Amino acid sequence: MSRFLENFGAYWIGILERLGRATLFLFQLIAAIFSLVKRPSLLIKQLHATGVKTLSIVLVSGLFVGMVLALQAYNTLIDFGQEERIGTLVALTLVRELGPVVTGLLFAGRAGSAMTAEIGLMKATEQLSGLEMMAVDPFKRVFAPRFLAGFIALPMLAAMFSAVGVMGGHLVGVEVLGVDANAYWSQMQSSVSFTHDVCNGLIKGLVFGFVVSWISIFEGADCIPTSEGVSSATTRTVVYSSLAILGLDFLLTAVMF
Amino acid sequence: MNSRTTEILVGFFMLLFFLAMFVLAMKVSNLTSLTSTEGYTVVAKFENIGGLKERARVSASGVRVGEVTQIVYDPENFEAIVTLKIQNTFNSFPLDTTASIYTSGLLGEQYIGLDPGAEEDFLQNDDEITLTQSAIVLERLIGQVLFSRSGGS
Repeated sequence: MSRFLENFGAYWIGILERLGRATLFLFQLIAAIFSLVKRPSLLIKQLHATGVKTLSIVLVSGLFVGMVLALQAYNTLIDFGQEERIGTLVALTLVRELGPVVTGLLFAGRAGSAMTAEIGLMKATEQLSGLEMMAVDPFKRVFAPRFLAGFIALPMLAAMFSAVGVMGGHLVGVEVLGVDANAYWSQMQSSVSFTHDVCNGLIKGLVFGFVVSWISIFEGADCIPTSEGVSSATTRTVVYSSLAILGLDFLLTAVMF
Repeated sequence: MNSRTTEILVGFFMLLFFLAMFVLAMKVSNLTSLTSTEGYTVVAKFENIGGLKERARVSASGVRVGEVTQIVYDPENFEAIVTLKIQNTFNSFPLDTTASIYTSGLLGEQYIGLDPGAEEDFLQNDDEITLTQSAIVLERLIGQVLFSRSGGS
């Protein structure tokens, strides 16, 4: 019994320790961001690795999510003769919820796991200690550009996801199912507010970008420097990021809308 | 990949973002209709406003001419004071215009309809619309019908 209690306590203390380390890591990360002003090329390179390379999957998913939303909404709303309302439904769902959340999940799977694996491998092959040997701060050189790039790229991707999704809804709703095009757009415009819906969606994207980049980089930097350690760190990144996104989304929705 | 290609791709990424924001602002949301917020305000007092909300539309002959900006209750006269903002382009409503609260469709949202009168003077900023017609409360209507039915038989 005492053995069980010991293990139980050690487990929770271990979690607390990791949380503390992650918080300290975040402070160092934020402090290192300001050094990027002098070297913007590092940021551009990471924006390419996180943003541009995630673009294709985000655009394709956005298109299909918009199409499915329009199709499902049409099947339900046609019973009430309100099928023009699919514009409202598609746009509000995408801009408020699905845009940031699905983009966040895709981003964690596509870019977050790549960041963790890259940094974890750098640690395993002692490249990070090599940098320190040469008096190069890995926070400034390696972590901060990735963090800032993820933070910037996610809300941008979320906006693109929503825009493409609305186009997908138009494609299915108007072109295939025959809803009036003007009704589609005007119903949408009368119920989606730029400040209240679009901007809050962007804020959600910023929060998710912050959390996903933080988790990915911390897991990479904190992993056990073996091939097994890197693989489990990558798994943890995806799991924790997804849970954090879904949990935070509930909180943010409760506060915003 | 050389840094020039990277920069071009990131530039393309930024461009796509601006395009997406443009679509979201102009096509999806109501940013375009918000630009014409210039207007003059008039107040109207209603006995009962039903389910009217702020930002509800104000229309004349079914065309949107403005919106409801404020709804307050006047505890002295037991009335609701509704402030309407009407766009400057529609500045020729006669003084005896009637403001009524209508419902769009059977279950739709409520809005204010303006029916122009015949006076020669026009409504100015801070004027009051004196002729008003309250919202029809469905329960009260049903109650009246039931009452008149039972009274008649």
